[in-house]
Amino acid sequence: MVLIYLDNINGAIKKSSLEALSYGAAVAKQLGTDAQALVIGDVSSDLSALGQYGVSKVHQLSGVNEFDAQGFARLVADKATEGNASVVVFSHSLSGKALAPRVSVRLKAGLVTGAVALPDTSNGFVVKKSVFSGKAFANVRINSAIKIVSLNPNAFTAVLGAGSAEVVTTAATISSNVKIASVSKSSGARTLTESEIVVSAGRGMKGPENWGMIEELADVLNAGLACSRPVADAHWRPHHEHVGQTGVAIAPNLYIAVGISGAIQHLAGVNRSKTIVVINKDPEAPFFKAADYGIVGDAFEVIPKLTAALKAGS
Amino acid sequence: MKILVCISKTPDTTAKIAFTDNNTKFDTNGVQWIINPYDEWYALVRAIELKEADASNSIHLISVGGSDAEPILRKALALGGDEAIRVNIDIDDSYTIATQIAEVAKSGGYDLILTGKETIDHNGSTLGGMVAELLNLPYISLATKLDMNGSIAHVTREIDGGQELDEVATPVVISAQKGMAEARIPNMRGIMAARTKPLSVVEPVACDALTSTVSFEMPPAKAGVKLVDAENVAELVRLLKEEAKVV
Ligand SMILES: Cc1cc2nc3c(=O)[nH]c(=O)nc-3n(C[C@H](O)[C@H](O)[C@H](O)COP(=O)(O)OP(=O)(O)OC[C@H]3O[C@@H](n4cnc5c(N)ncnc54)[C@H](O)[C@@H]3O)c2cc1C
Ligand SMILES: Nc1ncnc2c1ncn2[C@@H]1O[C@H](COP(=O)(O)O)[C@@H](O)[C@H]1O
Repeated sequence: MVLIYLDNINGAIKKSSLEALSYGAAVAKQLGTDAQALVIGDVSSDLSALGQYGVSKVHQLSGVNEFDAQGFARLVADKATEGNASVVVFSHSLSGKALAPRVSVRLKAGLVTGAVALPDTSNGFVVKKSVFSGKAFANVRINSAIKIVSLNPNAFTAVLGAGSAEVVTTAATISSNVKIASVSKSSGARTLTESEIVVSAGRGMKGPENWGMIEELADVLNAGLACSRPVADAHWRPHHEHVGQTGVAIAPNLYIAVGISGAIQHLAGVNRSKTIVVINKDPEAPFFKAADYGIVGDAFEVIPKLTAALKAGS
Repeated sequence: MKILVCISKTPDTTAKIAFTDNNTKFDTNGVQWIINPYDEWYALVRAIELKEADASNSIHLISVGGSDAEPILRKALALGGDEAIRVNIDIDDSYTIATQIAEVAKSGGYDLILTGKETIDHNGSTLGGMVAELLNLPYISLATKLDMNGSIAHVTREIDGGQELDEVATPVVISAQKGMAEARIPNMRGIMAARTKPLSVVEPVACDALTSTVSFEMPPAKAGVKLVDAENVAELVRLLKEEAKVV
């Protein structure tokens, strides 16, 4: 059995988890076994509909709604043992990063994080993963009986078919050593790693007061917002928008970089994007070498025009 | 309070990425080695700040690696670590590395074990969680802020679309990322002092590697940029719709 751990935000299954679900179903097919999903907590979505992604069964552990890595890892590992799972799949998201390593230790199962493709099972179990901050890939063999794979967001497309899953809900409890004192969410912020489109801007914007046009462009595209490191360092934008080698690593379908020179450390966090558009007034900016499309021009003129053209076309 | 900071050695952020031996090994030719930025800027510097605030805190550094990890440990000592431990095994299996760190931590009586968010070469983001599970300790991942109040750690961590403030009693394992501290450069006094600070080498405990790297590959090269005239943004929109099919 292949067990896929599904993550939810406010009761809705995350997009990256649906990708992991499709991935797990494809792995199960490859191995000639079935795929089952595990949801911890009470969710609003119809879990039987997850059968469309190729899972036969969805296990739901209800009553546990505060994430705790230690407690959740125990629940996932127990479910894997109970169902005799040969592979456990996570999405390499915030909670996946906290959970997968713990489950790996509990099951003494080799873990590959940041997977970008289905495993090669022709000779053992070899998973391709992103390394050197997106500048290369490594093929890593898992030697243990149970294998754990944590899939990079946007690396595998969720495929929908027909089907309905059996939902088995049981109550669970965990005891946690961590007290959640407070939670603050930036309203309306789209999670960067989940965004299909990201609009990003750099020092070329001159100052924080000029971000209105960047936000407007992001709005028409329903895109997440990102920035280069000096922009976050200067507090023009919040730290969580900083992408690159020392910031968030992203792989959206479309990355639009405005007034960013394209330093190697910046590229390291964004070079897995499927399509890159660069808008820079300097034709020599290194970013153009990594781009698919480019406009050499002044962002202050190009961006409002681009926003208008997108609005007109939609 | 005793703090253990996990230090890994990574190629400089501008290093050329290439492979040798039929794409099975990273080409270290001409590569400058640095302390993994997350370990240095965030985990280590925050530990130093905690020590500056309370001189009774001590900072131990650990690196699992060959003798070439020692210059990196010396640099971390120059920044402000008190003593360093190198576990003498050069391997890339996270489970083996975590086992070595957990083994040292077991007898060390550490209150805080800090790691970086991830290594910029291996990009695992796995080590802290593994060490925590091996030691049966709580793990706060991707922390952006850390303050101590007696034996209670107040840790802010990143969650989807926001932040969460956690309170947890030590001992605890925490992985650090941007926000936790600002980068520093070692001063002359630190560099001189580091020469005589203790750096001990311990032999690894036996452990089966759960993973092994078979080969590396480079991503396919980009076809080259298509430039669109600044006066014709409609053409860019058309290309994104019809050719790239991304909007
Ligand atoms: C160890 C290390 C780690 C790092 N990690 C990161 C990281 O994670 N992320 C990151 O981003 N950086 C990182 N950096 C910094 C990186 O090296 C660059 O300094 C940084 O990315 C530059 O940011 P920028 O492109 O916004 O600014 P600049 O390099 O100043 O570029 C601004 C660009 O804007 C263009 N421009 C100016 N005016 C206009 C206009 N009106 N219209 C259009 N274009 C205009 C200019 O031509 C220029 O290309 C790191 C550096 C180090 C040493
Ligand atoms: N060989 C090592 N020795 C000591 N600490 C390490 C080693 N490898 C990784 N770490 C620590 O674990 C963190 C996460 O590494 P990784 O899981 O490889 O991405 C790093 O930021 C370091 O703090």
